[in-house]
Amino acid sequence: MLHMKSKNHLLSELIPGQEALISAVHADEALHHRLAALGFRIGNRIQLMRRGRWAGPLHVRLGATDVMLRQTEADLISVSPQ
Amino acid sequence: MKRIALLGMPNTGKSTLFNRLTGSSARVANWAGVTVDLSSAKILLGGHIAEMVDLPGIYDLHGFSDDEKVVRHLLEGHPIDLLAIVVNATQIERQLPLVLQVRSLGLPAVLLLNMADEAKRNGVEVDCARLAAHLGMPVVLLSAKYGLGQVEAMRVLAQALADASDVGPARRAQLQAVLSDDVRIEQETAAMMAEAVTLPLQLPEQVSDRIDRLALHPWLGLPLFFLAMLLLFQAVFWIGGPLQQGLTWLFDQLRQLALEPVAAQLPDFFHGLLLDGVYAGFVTVAAFVPLIVLFFFFMALVEDSGYLARAAFLTDALMAKLGLDGRSFVMVLMGFGCNVPAVMGTRMMRARPLRLLSMLVIPLSLCSARLQVFLFIVSAIFAPMQAPWVIFGFYLASFLTMIVTALLFRGRFKSSEPFVVELPPWRVPTLRQVAMRGWLEVRHFLSRATRFIVLGVIAIWLLTNLPLGAAPGSTDTLAGQLGTLFVPVLAPIGIDEKLAIALMFGFVAKEVMIGAFAVIYGMSGDALSQEFARSMDWVQAVSFMLFTLIYTPCISTIATIKTESKSAAFATLAVLWPLALAWLTSFVFYQGMRQILA
Ligand SMILES: Nc1nc2c(ncn2[C@@H]2O[C@H](COP(=O)(O)OP(=O)(O)OP(=O)(O)O)[C@@H](O)[C@H]2O)c(=O)[nH]1
Ligand SMILES: [Mg+2]
Repeated sequence: MLHMKSKNHLLSELIPGQEALISAVHADEALHHRLAALGFRIGNRIQLMRRGRWAGPLHVRLGATDVMLRQTEADLISVSPQ
Repeated sequence: MKRIALLGMPNTGKSTLFNRLTGSSARVANWAGVTVDLSSAKILLGGHIAEMVDLPGIYDLHGFSDDEKVVRHLLEGHPIDLLAIVVNATQIERQLPLVLQVRSLGLPAVLLLNMADEAKRNGVEVDCARLAAHLGMPVVLLSAKYGLGQVEAMRVLAQALADASDVGPARRAQLQAVLSDDVRIEQETAAMMAEAVTLPLQLPEQVSDRIDRLALHPWLGLPLFFLAMLLLFQAVFWIGGPLQQGLTWLFDQLRQLALEPVAAQLPDFFHGLLLDGVYAGFVTVAAFVPLIVLFFFFMALVEDSGYLARAAFLTDALMAKLGLDGRSFVMVLMGFGCNVPAVMGTRMMRARPLRLLSMLVIPLSLCSARLQVFLFIVSAIFAPMQAPWVIFGFYLASFLTMIVTALLFRGRFKSSEPFVVELPPWRVPTLRQVAMRGWLEVRHFLSRATRFIVLGVIAIWLLTNLPLGAAPGSTDTLAGQLGTLFVPVLAPIGIDEKLAIALMFGFVAKEVMIGAFAVIYGMSGDALSQEFARSMDWVQAVSFMLFTLIYTPCISTIATIKTESKSAAFATLAVLWPLALAWLTSFVFYQGMRQILA
């Protein structure tokens, strides 16, 4: 079970209600800027609020900002769960 | 004249503030990306008239989407004397970096911390004096929605404008330099946050979260949303229907008691043109104004509450299967009001294929102009109990045509646009906001009425009455001859030559069609409805409405599609495809029903 405790997870792997710190963002430049402007910066705290049905978007909370993003984009963000 | 630009991230309340300060009525909604174009208005500041410009929201000065380009071009190409940066005070930590980016442009700037009401409720405290000292620009805390701090904001803006020296056009190169500033900006943000802002450790549990638990519920979310929409349309029908009938009666009385006696002296030709043409056509359309205002009241409630963003969340997975995304769905909903702003709203999408596919789908949404036509026909043909359900059926049909279109074309317009969208908190719509929206629609209608409806109605009257000897409305008239041309194509779907004329003019603007009925049949009010019911059965009526729903976007929508897509070929597709789909749909329905009922 050691690998389960590895520090880096993907944002898409969090379970609803779980909190984490953002450890890396692997997006291209355009998306990187947009994500940063919405609060996806390294070290920021993020909480997964819920997932949409039928593999729908993730609803996450960063500080005072709520954002929805698709699984594909959530796979670009590494987090370390708290 | 000096110029002030309102700049900030999407959904921070720039347009709300713009409306409050200048008395304009720019579009406001609780959804990031409402304003997509510049609008400006005059404002009196410290005894001088200045120009204020409302900009689309931007996340970044070097953003890549079309709406962000609009802002960058303005900054690069036009002299701006003062930048008023609007920030959502609750989200100040996230939005400060943009403020610093903007500051490094070197233009005189003022920071307006908006939504003071929400910040207070969330326990966010800002020491404006300290922040101002650190930023080197004035800072004002205000609430654009409720008017708090408005006087102070005006005073500070006037002062800053008076102090603003001519900066000249030398600043353009700096825009590029800003790109490499990110690290420094991050550090400076942190320093300022520590010094001047107190954030609560944990945001208090919000009412908004509790509403979301229901509205975004995995099972109930979507049904609840459609139930809300159903209620909205039923409400429009139940309240608006009687209003429309009352108004029709009033217009009839006006004609009988006041206009007929006066017009009796006119020669036959002008008597006909003025009363049976202009008056009958215009009032038949005008009777729908209260209903449309009501419709937009409800739309404003939905838009200003934050439900649109929830709709995007709930539908994104399904929309993805169609090659679209949750934002396309929101634009389709806006399209139920009017297709034009909805088509423009696609600017927030960066991938061109996704934008094009959305633009192909949006004109199929049953806009308020088409709703008028359907309400008119449905109340003439169907029993009052059935009528609202028939209308609702047409909304479903509208969705179905969109699904078919998207499925057929998603292969040609493939894209992999990232989907990352803000979910703003639920907000209570204010009466002021909703009333403003209604008023805006009345104004919009009046300008359409003068441009299209009156001209269209005159043209139709002339067509149905010329040449002079011909019996009005007969096949000898110009309209009769034109209509006969279409018979081979339209007969198989149950549409006669009279309705063909209405369809021709509906191409200009769909509301004209009701005016056209009045003129073509030479009647108005109840007589017109009865004649309508006599001249066709329900299968023909539904076939005609299906055709009207789909056949082509109106002229304004086509023009918008052309400018937004910058492609004549695409605009042509956007006209031809619905035309083909309309004919096929009506054909299948009409012939199928004839078989079944035979
Ligand atoms: N609570 C609160 N809500 C506000 C305030 N100002 C604006 N709003 C709401 O915030 C939402 C966004 O307002 P807009 O004026 O459309 O924002 P915008 O900055 O023009 O947005 P874009 O055009 O999308 O960039 C609307 O629902 C407003 O009613 C405020 O001071 N307090
Ligand atoms: Mg706006």
